[in-house]
This record gives sequence, structure tokens and C-alpha cells, in this order.
Amino acid sequence: MRFFEYESRQIVKRAGIPVTDFGFATSAAQAREVAERIGGPTVIKSQVLTGGRMKAGGVRFADGADEAAEHAEAILSLEIGGHMPRGVLVDPRAELRQEYYAGVVWDGIRKQPVMLFSDMGGIDIEEVAEKHPDRVGRGHFSTILPFSDHQAKEVVAQVGVSGRQLTRITPILTRLARLFLDYDMTLAEINPLGELEDGRFVALDAHMDMENEGRPRQSELLAELGVGGEETRQAREPTPFELAGEEVDSMDHRGVAGNVTEFDGNLGLVIGAGGGSLTLFDAVRAHGGRPANYCEIGGNPSVRKAAGLAKLVLQKPGVDKIAVMMSIVSNTRVDIVARGVVKACLELGHDPSEKIAIFRIPGAWEDEGFKILEKYGVEYCDRSVSMHEAARRAVKKIQGPAPAAEPAEMRQTTAEVGAETDA
Amino acid sequence: MSILIDEGANFIVQGITGREAVNLTRECLDYGKGARIVGGVTPGRLGRDVHGVPVFDTVAQAVEHNGGPIDGSVVTVPPAFTKDAVFEAIRHGVKLIVIVTERIPRRDVAEMVELAAVHDARIIGPNCLGVIVPDEIKMGGIGGPARDAAKAYTPGPVGVVSRSGGMTTEMSSTLTAAGLGQSTAVSIGGDAIIGSTYAELMPLFEADAQTEAIVIYTEPGGRMEAELANWVQENDSRLPIVAFMAGRFMDEMPGMSFGHAGTIVEGKEDTAAEKIARLEAAGIKVAEEISEIPGLVKERIGVAA
Repeated sequence: MRFFEYESRQIVKRAGIPVTDFGFATSAAQAREVAERIGGPTVIKSQVLTGGRMKAGGVRFADGADEAAEHAEAILSLEIGGHMPRGVLVDPRAELRQEYYAGVVWDGIRKQPVMLFSDMGGIDIEEVAEKHPDRVGRGHFSTILPFSDHQAKEVVAQVGVSGRQLTRITPILTRLARLFLDYDMTLAEINPLGELEDGRFVALDAHMDMENEGRPRQSELLAELGVGGEETRQAREPTPFELAGEEVDSMDHRGVAGNVTEFDGNLGLVIGAGGGSLTLFDAVRAHGGRPANYCEIGGNPSVRKAAGLAKLVLQKPGVDKIAVMMSIVSNTRVDIVARGVVKACLELGHDPSEKIAIFRIPGAWEDEGFKILEKYGVEYCDRSVSMHEAARRAVKKIQGPAPAAEPAEMRQTTAEVGAETDA
Repeated sequence: MSILIDEGANFIVQGITGREAVNLTRECLDYGKGARIVGGVTPGRLGRDVHGVPVFDTVAQAVEHNGGPIDGSVVTVPPAFTKDAVFEAIRHGVKLIVIVTERIPRRDVAEMVELAAVHDARIIGPNCLGVIVPDEIKMGGIGGPARDAAKAYTPGPVGVVSRSGGMTTEMSSTLTAAGLGQSTAVSIGGDAIIGSTYAELMPLFEADAQTEAIVIYTEPGGRMEAELANWVQENDSRLPIVAFMAGRFMDEMPGMSFGHAGTIVEGKEDTAAEKIARLEAAGIKVAEEISEIPGLVKERIGVAA
């Protein structure tokens, strides 16, 4: 879960790292108040969860409070990369001697956090690492032994920084390392870490990402920041269809029937489990099919939940048929899913044999499941039919026998927000 | 032969009184030659039994009752308690720990992996279904009830390693249907940090005379496949590898997570397309569909299709 800059700076401050006397504002009037308090030149920065703020005009410089209010007004109505800002950050404009970079991320191969430091701050660290690898210091550190100052010093010294700079940067890096572990971060970055004319160091921008799995035990910090449990902070906000999927999944605690992501195709998918869903979504596209959604079922959901998910997908505008497919299941009962999807069709007044393009779930209780499908004339197959072949049959049923060599264009329904989604 | 476990291995189940753990215990007892589950641990439930397996409050009690070292543990306790359970197993000499639990914070996983390394123990998972040696033993929910597992898995020359538990069974079943059995199949888990990666299991398969080829299931996110590609290039492995890559559509949706916690495209290097290129550059064939895998394996180990 990504934090806004103003939240990230609060987190940094909470960890004992010096920050500027910044303020957060959601209106031009508030921005003026903060600028008056600061009393001098300020920087007004859009608070959005996306990069490229500077280029988009989301960062502006003001000499006085009036100008700060004007800029805030403009930035508050400026959309950046599909995101409207939550507010603006008003920051005193600092005279800098030098900009540095400090960050901590996980290294999944070494299975430890790695601290990164550079004396080329203010720009993207990946770019520095690529063009000037000797200007990036690195150091892995233990998660079971306490982090100690000398580890930070070693990382700083790698890039040739010494003297008073080294001794002043060290405690900041140590606090950043501890913050990273204490708050279950996946990224904790200060960029730039500014060296002021008087020799002090201050965090001028910060970027923090918290792991979702850590959220339950970080409730104190999240409450302090005012982050609600419903804020997913994904690359894009969930659509009403996706929120309805979450509701289906929370009907009861048995199994999973959710993780719905919306697309704008005509073939509804009731698929599972984790890896099976990824495989089947690819398979439908490889055969030229246009999925209406992604989802996951598994862990033996109740009939009610399976029916709820199937209904949701069936009722989505533009969906002609659903394909019910999974990799071989061992802890999900085939008959329960079969019962659920048939029930969904019947309750919506549809003929299951018309609406269910194919049912391919082999595994536990499959004979009982197949019996139900047979009764309603639904086409089904067992493990002798591959996942890709089942997907092909479903696509053929919905689109007719037209040959399709290239994957169909994929569009996310809410393509205006967040990531690039066009195929 | 096999890797990680064989029919003689004994293990415990931590969190044995949970609903899923009770089923898992039954499945393991029934499968193959019957697992030697020498105890279960659920704090506060000393004196109970689950399908005849005695339940203890602590791992120490289980070890004492067993009268000798315990080889393995299947950990199925809730995420907030998993780290402590794994630390407990490690401190009492357990050398192979299968963590089934999902949604464990990464910091806890890193701590468990680090402590395991200090004590020369190995972790499989978290968020995995465990290990199966066909017709011999299974440790974890892999393959499901004994009858279902027997249908999908047969003994043979292929080592299977997968980030998805369900796809471990799907791929093994496809191999079985084509007459290719498995030496050992390992569900390694779908999280961003896991106890044992592809590259870390390769030396074990390399040393196993029964294994003649490796089949892996991979996903976008992380650098595990790049690590495997490097390992293959640096170690002149005797084992041909065939890979399947799911989640290719995710390349078009950076920042979005699907399937497992570890599947999120964050940079240029962890997309499906980039991984496929890296694997193929290392001589690892990437199949377009699961059904192609048996043919590709047969070509590589010189068996007529």
C-alpha cells in the first residue's frame, strides 16, 4: 500500500528523521495559511499516488502566500496520470548544498532488506544505478540481529562520502532501516535527502510502501495517519463491480470466491485457483477470447458463494456466457461449484446449458459434480481436456468458429486510471 | 530416490487441530506408504488426538514423546503466530519445515529464513501445499485426499517445482497421463520471499539419480527465474528444464497484483516477457501450453513421444 508524500514524510518524522516544516492543505485557503506560517518562498506539490508530477505541472514554486494559494488552486484541479490529487503539500523552499538518495527495499533472492545510498540524489535511483553504478552504495542487513550504525557507515563510505557528511547521514540511515522493518514496508525511500547550507540534513521527499500483509499489525500507525481499512491504494481504485465481488467473498468465511478484476469483454470467467486463474486468463486471450473479468475461486467455497460470484459475472452488462474452469482441485469440491453456478443461472432465469459455455473442473467429488451438469445439459470435461483446450472451446462457443491467431485486445474497464492497459 | 523427504521421514503438524490441518493429517496418513506423523502441536490442547496422532502443547513435548529427533514439520497456524511456531520447530532441531499459512508479512518470512539458515534447517513455502514423493509419502495438502493424489502423481523421472500449489498437481497429472512420472514434486509457494527457490532446489535434484528432467511453473514478479537462469548457466546442469509461464497478461498491467502475493510487475526485469527471454537464453524451454510439456520433456530425455 503506497502512502502519499505528506504521509510518508510524517512516517519519516515519527522515526526521528529531520523533515522540513511542511504542511498539508486541501484548499487554496489552507495552502495560504501554511505559506504564511512558513513565511518565505515555498514549493507547492500535488499529492497524488503517481509519478511524473513535475512534468505534469503538479509542482510549482511560489514567492509569497498569495502565489502559493494561486498555485494550490490550480494544482488541486489538475489531474495527473488519471489521478485527482488528494491535496497539496506546501514546503519551505530550501537552499541546498547537495542532494543525496537513501532507500531500503527487499531483495527476494538474498531474502534480506538491502540499503541503498547515493550522492546523486533527486533523480530516479534506477537511472543512477544503470549509468553510474559506482555512485550507489549497497548493504544487506539482518532481520534478526539489530541494525547498527556501522552498517550504515559502510554503505555511505562505499560511494566515497566521508567527513561530517558521513557522520551526519549515518543516524538517518539507521533510523530508515529500523523504520523499514518496524512498519512492514516494502519500500522506504528518502529522495532527495538534502544537505542544507548550514550543514544539516533534511528529508525533502519520501516514498513509503507498506505491505498489505503487515496492515493488521500496523493499525496504530495507520490510524494516526488517518488511513481507513477500505483504502486499497492499488494502482487504480476498485470499480463497483469489483467491490460487489468483495462483498460476495465476504458472505461467509468458507473458501475464496472473489479477487475480481473487471475487463470489458463478453466472456465471463469463473476461474481458479491462484495459478490456475492466471493460466486460464492467458489461455482465453491466446485463443482470441475477450474476458469480462478476472477472478479466483478456491479453498472450497460454499454453494452460496460460488453462486454469488457466478451471478455477479452473469449480470455484468455485455456478458453473453460464462466459462467455469479450474486447474485440478484437491481441497475444493467440484460438486459444490457445479451446484453454485447452475443455481446462479436458474435464479436469473437462464438455461444453464446456454449460459455456461464450458465447465472444466477436475478433482475431488467430480463424479457428483458431473452428474449435476449432465442433468442440466451443461458441457463439461475432466482432466483429459487441457486447460487451454477448455478455454478454446469456450471462446469458440461465444464467438463462433472464426480462427483467431492473435490475442484479442485487452481493455480494462476503468482504463482512465492508473496503469497503461491497452494491449 | 527423491529429494527433501522419503518414506522413512517422520514429521509433526503444528496447528493440527485446525479444520484444514485435520484434513491434511488424514490425507498424509493415508497416502502412499503412510506418513509417520509422530505428533501434532496446538497450544492448550495437550492430550487430544487427531486421527490417532497425539496432540501436544509444545514442540519440546512432541520431541520428548518421540524419543528422538523429528525430521519435519508442517506449519498451518494463523499468520500472526507462524513466526513463533517456526522458530520453535527450528530450535528443537526440525530440519525441514513446510509452511502452509498464507498472508505472512515479509519481515516475518525473512526472519524465519534467516534463523533456519543459522540452524541448517530448510523452509518450503510459505503459502505452499508442500512436498510429494509419488506412491511413497506426502507432507502437506499437495494433491489433496490420498485417492486424488494417487490419480495425479506417479513415480518417475521428472522433478516438478511450482510457485502455485494447484498447478503442481495439474502439471504432474498431465505428465502422468503421458506416461511420465515424478521423482518429487514441490510446491514452493507464491510469496515474494520464500524459503526455497528453484535455484536452491536444483542441487538436490542434481544429486538425485532418479531425476532426469525438471518441470517448473512460473509467474511474473520477483527475480527467482533470473536466479535459476544464472544457476543453470554457471553450473552446467545435467538436467534439462521445461518451464511454463502463467500470467502473461499481467505485463500490460504494472502495479496490479493477481493470484499470489509475489506476482506484481514492478520493473522491467520481472515481466513475463523478460523472464521468458532470460529462461530461454539459459537453454530452458518455455512451453506455450501445459499440454506441450510432456512432449518437450520426452524430446529432452530421449524417450519416444
